[in-house]
Amino acid sequence: MAQTIVFLVLAAIILGCGIMAVTTKRIMRAATYLMFVLFGTAGLYFLMGYTFLGSVQVMVYAGGVVVLYIFALMLTGRQDKKENHSVSLAKKFAALLAALYGAGLFMFAIISHRFAENILTPPSEQTASVKVLGEQLLSSGRFGYLLPFEIVSILLLACIIGSLIIARKR
Amino acid sequence: MFDFSIISKWFHDLLTGFIPEWLVIGIECVIVLLFIILLYAILAIALIYLERKICAFFQCRIGPNRVGKWGLLQVFADVFKMLSKEIIKMRQSDRLLHDMAPFFILAASFLTFACIPWNKGLEILDFNVGLFFFIAVSGIGVIGILLAGWASHSKYPMIGAMRSGAQLISYELSIGMTMLTMLLLCGTMQLSEIVQQQADYGWNIIRGHVPAVLAFIIYLIAGNAECNRGPFDLPEAESELTAGYHTEYSGMGFGFFYLAEYLNLFICGAMAATIFLGGWAPLYFPGWDGFNTIMGYIPGFIWFFGKAFFVVFLLMWIRWTYPRLRIDQLLSLEWKYLMPISMFNIILMALVVCFGLTL
Repeated sequence: MAQTIVFLVLAAIILGCGIMAVTTKRIMRAATYLMFVLFGTAGLYFLMGYTFLGSVQVMVYAGGVVVLYIFALMLTGRQDKKENHSVSLAKKFAALLAALYGAGLFMFAIISHRFAENILTPPSEQTASVKVLGEQLLSSGRFGYLLPFEIVSILLLACIIGSLIIARKR
Repeated sequence: MFDFSIISKWFHDLLTGFIPEWLVIGIECVIVLLFIILLYAILAIALIYLERKICAFFQCRIGPNRVGKWGLLQVFADVFKMLSKEIIKMRQSDRLLHDMAPFFILAASFLTFACIPWNKGLEILDFNVGLFFFIAVSGIGVIGILLAGWASHSKYPMIGAMRSGAQLISYELSIGMTMLTMLLLCGTMQLSEIVQQQADYGWNIIRGHVPAVLAFIIYLIAGNAECNRGPFDLPEAESELTAGYHTEYSGMGFGFFYLAEYLNLFICGAMAATIFLGGWAPLYFPGWDGFNTIMGYIPGFIWFFGKAFFVVFLLMWIRWTYPRLRIDQLLSLEWKYLMPISMFNIILMALVVCFGLTL
């Protein structure tokens, strides 16, 4: 019962802020609403008992990605003057079509995999302890994640070198 | 040592006797929330008074001494003054974000406040990744500062917010690294377990000797920077930026920033007490049985508050002793000195733990 109430509140926050994020005219407000959506998702993870995943969600998305967005928006200057650019009918139609296609794809994936039947059975806290996660991440065994982990770190290194080359003094 | 969870369990069982479980959880949430808010307010009052008195003593002044005995009622007078101030509305500012920004900072402060283990069995948020959660939610405060600076639509808050954002993001790395160092020593991220270990085997700062002391010093420096306090207070450097990111706030909007700043100071001290100085664990010397029994009679939360306020005093001492840094000095201190030292420190701690050199 308590879980259902919390789930409904979180779902309302996620949906409401998601709609607000795409309908608002000011870009900084959109970033803020997006952050509420990400917090709501973190709340869902906590509700299911995946505390590590929830903390990562708060750390990476709320603490990292949204801060980066806000920083970038602050540096690019204010552009939330009431701009009146009208959208053509063809564009509106295309947007509607894309939205319907996306919604259909998601519904198909959710229904065909029967997620709805086995959600909301909260796993116990021991299901994904940090110890198990860490050992999986660094094991080179059959289901180990050492190779993807290293490949991701090489990708990040390439990003760092690339940004240094772009930003260096000539 | 007295285990507080006996009382909370008794209360929970008493309520579940005649109310459905979900309502019991709701009632307990409200009680815990009231407890947090009450403690938050009391600590803020105590800290502001302490800060003004300690600052005064460092500068050879007397400090507040007119309102009440030894100026004890000065803080209450200030709060009433702040509550009765006019809330200024500025043209062209984003009202919604402007009003929302202080609450982000308060939310981050409350969430980190809730992680602190006060006594044995007296924790509010305590799960297997407590320390990681603490680091994660403390990052929310940056968003509040950036939004406050942006939504004010004014130059000083904007510059203050940019400085503050750069500073907080940089120094978060050092905080995270020192916590990782201590994590290697403890082997668990659950805060209550970290303290329990220290009660059983001795305080971390003694158990981890050289790397732990090094981590403690780095934590003190980075903690002062994270709280936006001098010598790192240039986001709100009065002489250059009036008041930094909260220049355009009046009344309680400013009050919330002020409140959060002092509570962040306390949280910083409390976390240092928890991971380095043993939290509620009393001071034990192996072999001194009489001494140990006497120390064991002192309640855990008194130990905890004693240690936390000791660290707070250290932080205030640093603040009122050193002059303010320049922004490039501040960033090079973090990226060129503290970061490499704390990375080296992690390796040192790993070696110490690997070869069993802990005391």
